[in-house]
This record gives sequence, structure tokens and C-alpha cells, in this order.
Amino acid sequence: MSAPNPEGLRLQVDMIKCVGHASCLELLPERVSLDEWGYPVIETDPLPQHLVAHARRAVAACPTLALRLDGKLARVR
Amino acid sequence: MTIMLERGARQGGQGRQGALPRLLAGGRKLGEHRATYGQIPLRRFSGEDGRRMLVRAITDAGLRGRGGAGFPTGRKMANVAAGAKRPVVIANGCESEPASRKDKMLMACAPHLVLDGAVLAAHAVGADRVYLCVERGTSIADRLERELAQRDDPVKWKLVRVPRRYVSSEESALVHLINDGDGRPLAAPPRPFEKGVGGRPTLVDNVETLAHVALIAAYGPGWFREVGTRNDPGSTLVTVGGAVARPNVYEIAPGMRLGEVLDAAGGAVEPIGAVLVGGYFGTWVPMPDGWGLPLTHDRTGPLGTSLGAGGIVALPAESCGLAETARVVRYLAEESAQQCGPCMFGLPAIATDLAAVAYGRCDPATRQRLSRRIAQVTRRGACRHPDGATRLATSALAAFAGDLETHMDGWTCTGVSRDPILPLPDRRHRDRGWK
Repeated sequence: MSAPNPEGLRLQVDMIKCVGHASCLELLPERVSLDEWGYPVIETDPLPQHLVAHARRAVAACPTLALRLDGKLARVR
Repeated sequence: MTIMLERGARQGGQGRQGALPRLLAGGRKLGEHRATYGQIPLRRFSGEDGRRMLVRAITDAGLRGRGGAGFPTGRKMANVAAGAKRPVVIANGCESEPASRKDKMLMACAPHLVLDGAVLAAHAVGADRVYLCVERGTSIADRLERELAQRDDPVKWKLVRVPRRYVSSEESALVHLINDGDGRPLAAPPRPFEKGVGGRPTLVDNVETLAHVALIAAYGPGWFREVGTRNDPGSTLVTVGGAVARPNVYEIAPGMRLGEVLDAAGGAVEPIGAVLVGGYFGTWVPMPDGWGLPLTHDRTGPLGTSLGAGGIVALPAESCGLAETARVVRYLAEESAQQCGPCMFGLPAIATDLAAVAYGRCDPATRQRLSRRIAQVTRRGACRHPDGATRLATSALAAFAGDLETHMDGWTCTGVSRDPILPLPDRRHRDRGWK
């Protein structure tokens, strides 16, 4: 059930585009919570396979196109 | 081993491993500079092989970026050069960090060393265009323009006057400013080394880094490594301020101990409670415990202290580190680009909580909320502005834990009424807009 997806897809958010509609929270509560200001806190570890379709739906539903599904982490630290 | 960079104070320091200063030996005028360093050694690195040799020399030298992050310069050059399009170079001399003025001093004292380094960096990555970015509203831009007019370089120079905002010196903000006239950071990806100015791979290097590039090209990686540590070789500029006898810019070798750096700046003029290392994205180091902490661009010590861009401020024991930090975090909150929610709302909230802690209006709930907010904001921005601000706040809570207890009991320390030590720019010298 919790095996990571083979492509290593991760849910990530562009914080500049995000204005906190929080539709991602509704569609993917397994990976999204909100901070006290209403902005999403997203787990960026690779998604388990069974959540990939839900994540795609959340990406498609994001009103500001801030959410994306990507194989690599956006920021190298 | 430590030398003041002021005019007339260049007497050579014979250090343990090599002679300092390195960055300032040549003079301000082009003639003096050429008399010391000769022509730019472009011929030695000509052709495709030459370019690669130059990148390898920088890599072998182990040079790390002097703008704060300490990323290996050779690796960055190789990444930029590997792009499909012709790259662009940005020489970053903005130095928006209030606790630092080493880049301004370097550009004033050795402008041609910086410019030579930029020409060499452009050659190394195959760029034909260099954007020289400096803060507007200072005389540096005009002076550099005059110096540029005297030179005959194989690159096209463009001087960019950057808004005086803390985050506008961040590399993606410079790319954004050059491309669209907006000096706010961009979301990654793409990073500038992949897709920057005009969609080209862009090498963004701090001006001190570029000055070291010029020296490595002239004297070689072996010479460069004669000072500093294995992981952090070469010399580096630091700005020492606060309660020391001779606040100034100094050239030191990484690995030097914090206490030695303070001594080099004339020593403390009153008992020191803590030292801020690494500017306003840095960490507080409690004294005297931190005296022996070796300073490098790697994170060391219990608080993960790093030289960053080299801003060092000694805080008297009589001052209140919590009040000082609250004031600077408020400034950093005001300097947010207001693009990302956690930074836009989180930093002012953290600044308010810190002020509550500092001025004795604090209860355990405030203290807990502060910790939660710091965790909530860290790593949540498009750029690292919130991370830097929360690092400073976190280290203050650790370094001044004893004071914190006193404040929490409702006692306000006498330190809060002392004049602030950490420098902030005058409001008149801060820009509101991003153009």
C-alpha cells in the first residue's frame, strides 16, 4: 500500500504562486496540512503509488497552478 | 596573518602558512593594478582546452563562493559551461547585508582585480557578457563605470544598479531584475545556472569570489591553498563590527578562531556576551565559550555557525541579544519580497513574538508559539530569506537561553535600553519598490 511510486514523483508547491486556496488540502489531506496562515505544508517525500492519481487531481485543481508533481526536489540544499 | 584593508595599512602579514593580504596588493588605478598583476592571463587559457584548464584550476584550488552559501565555484562554472546556450556572467557586488561591507571595500580598493576575475570567469564558461550588479544610491556604481571605460576587455560589460533591498542581491532576484526589471527572487526550478539571463545558463558569483578567480588564474591553485583549511582554502574577507577597538574589514584565513579574529580587530572594548557570525542569516555564538570556534564556510559548532558572507558583530554582555535579534528580525520581515505566504505572514509574527520575549511581555505560550512558528516558516519560501531569518531567531533563543528565562519571568533586562549594536540601514537608504 505505501510503496513509493516507481518514478519517484513528489508533490511540490511554488510558494510564489500559491495564495492559499487550499484545494490541495481537500483533495489530498494525506500529504497536505495548512499552517496558521492558511498556506499548505506539503510532504515532499516521493508519493506512495496509491496517492499518485489523487495528487494529479490536486495538481489539476490548483487555481493558481502552484502545485506540481515532479521527480526531483526543486531545491538542493 | 590578519591585515586591515584600509588605505595605508597594507603592511604584509606573514602568517603561519602564507602572506596576507592577497586581495589588496595591487592598487585602485588600472596602471597600478597592471604593474602588480600584469595582464589578464587569458592567453595561457586560450581555446577550448584552455577554458577547461581554467575551470579545473578553480576546482583544484577549492575556491568556495564568498557571497554566503560557500558553494564550490569550480563546480558551479562546470555546470554553467555544460549548458546548451552561450552562458552569461553576473558579478554580484550588491552586498545588501547591513553587517557586511567587505564587497564595497574590495570594489573601492581593488576594482580591477574584481573586473579581471569577471573576465576570466566569463572566459572559463564561454560567456561574452558580464552584468556587474551593485546597489544603487552609492558612489560605487559611478566609480566602477569610470574604471570600466579605461579597460579593453573581450566581454561586453553592463552595469546594473540594483534596488536597495535585502533580498534583491539573491541570485534569482538579479536574474529577474535583468530580465524583467523586477528585483524580487524567483521560484526554482529553473535555477540561474540552468536558465537565467535571457534564458541562458548564468554564472552568478560574488565579487570577492571573482577577485580570487583572478588570483588563482595568475598564481595557480597550489598558491591559493597555501592559506586556509583543506575544505576551505584561500583567504577570505570579513567585516568585524560591534564592541571591538577597530571595527573594519579584515582579510583572514578560514580556520582562524573567532577570538583571534576579534583580537585582530583590536580586541573587545568591553566584556562580550556573544558574537554574531555570518551576518543576519547567521548565528549567535556565546562568549567566552565560543572563543576557540574555528571560522570557515562549513557549518561548525553546536549552532551550525558558518562565516557566510563574513559579517561578524561583537555584542557587549550588557546589551540584550534578544532585543537586538527582535529588531533585526523585524527588519528582515520588512525586507521580505511579500511573495510567499509563510515569509509574508510568518516573519512579522516571529518578530512580534521575539519582541514580546525581549521586552518582558512574554508567557510560556508565547515562547511555544515562537518555536512553532519558526519551524513552520523554515524552508517554506521560494528563496532562503525565511530560512536565514529563522536561523538567526533560533540561535538567539539558544545563545541567550539564560536571558530568556529572566525575560519570561517578566523581568526586563537593562540591556533593552542600551543603543542597538547591530547595524541597520537608515530608512532613507532603503528602497520601497523593486524596479
